[in-house]
Amino acid sequence: MSYLPYAVAAWICLWGIAGIATSRNLIHLAVCLTVTQSSSYVFLLSVGYVSHGKAPIFIGTKLGSTAVDPVVQALALTDVVVSVAVIALILALALDAHRLSGTVDPDELVDVSG
Amino acid sequence: MSRRARLLILGPALAGLGALFAWAIAGLPAFGDYRGPYGFVLNRVVVPLRHTTNVVMGTTFDVRGVDTMGEEFILFAAVLGVALLLRDETRSREVERRTGRLPNDAVRLLGVVMIGGCLLVGLWLMAFGYITPGGGFQGGVVFAGAILLLYVVGSHRDYHPFRDENVLDLLESIGAGGYLVVGLAALVSGSAFLTNLFGLGTTGTLVSSGSIALLNWASAIAVSCATLLLFAEFLETYVFPLDAEDAAS
Repeated sequence: MSYLPYAVAAWICLWGIAGIATSRNLIHLAVCLTVTQSSSYVFLLSVGYVSHGKAPIFIGTKLGSTAVDPVVQALALTDVVVSVAVIALILALALDAHRLSGTVDPDELVDVSG
Repeated sequence: MSRRARLLILGPALAGLGALFAWAIAGLPAFGDYRGPYGFVLNRVVVPLRHTTNVVMGTTFDVRGVDTMGEEFILFAAVLGVALLLRDETRSREVERRTGRLPNDAVRLLGVVMIGGCLLVGLWLMAFGYITPGGGFQGGVVFAGAILLLYVVGSHRDYHPFRDENVLDLLESIGAGGYLVVGLAALVSGSAFLTNLFGLGTTGTLVSSGSIALLNWASAIAVSCATLLLFAEFLETYVFPLDAEDAAS
């Protein structure tokens, strides 16, 4: 039970990769990539959890009371920003691919050249 | 590679990766059994040293301020990339704006109430980012979400002022550049890059945390504008499809 959050992160990651590999639509593929990346949020926040710890925001709580790791929370913030940046670029490229070849199926895109 | 071959490779690959994950997890300390020193140290020292009660923001904008600058420029680069791919100067100037409104007044009223709430929450998250949960990044996204709601419940015309690329490009650059300027100001004064050199103020009030407050606002502006620019580029493509000129000819 105490390893469940890590297992959940691994599970989300594996399903995300499976989705990317079997995808038939570039937009679906972008969503699967986001799912894969979400596993890292779950993992980061699990790694930084301290038993019975509160949020690392010391307003109304005494300084020095048990709180979870703020470093991984800041990392999760970076993670979300990178995720948004990447998905925006992928969706823009998907729009371009659709404009140039009339399809968003990655299997059909292989035949397109020039 | 055929689809079938890909699926055949995928199965063993996922099984192998899953096994590696299981091996790695078995070597981790149990959930809640946190050992690393950094979290404990930061939770002790950030409040007295930086006068910010939100240690996550203290970490983001001070302890690892250089990383956050990189993060902000990642977003900047992504928006630049999307603009390069999707922006079409000729189209955005000439096509007539779509002016259709939602037919249902109740939905529109609810939307207007939600816009007010979203704007307020967004501004609160930005302004109090270094005191209570929140921050420039989160607040910026909520703020931009409120503007997007205006597009959803209003019309393209109501939304139009918030998709002006000239203004958004400028503000986005001011936000991203402002972060750099705060860092350089420390260099000019003879300290290390991004040293917190402004008055630290009183812990738990809006006048606290020194440079963190400025960096927080810089990133709030940069993130709001980056998000609005992304919306603008994609909505433009949606309202005026890229192949509109082909269909017309």
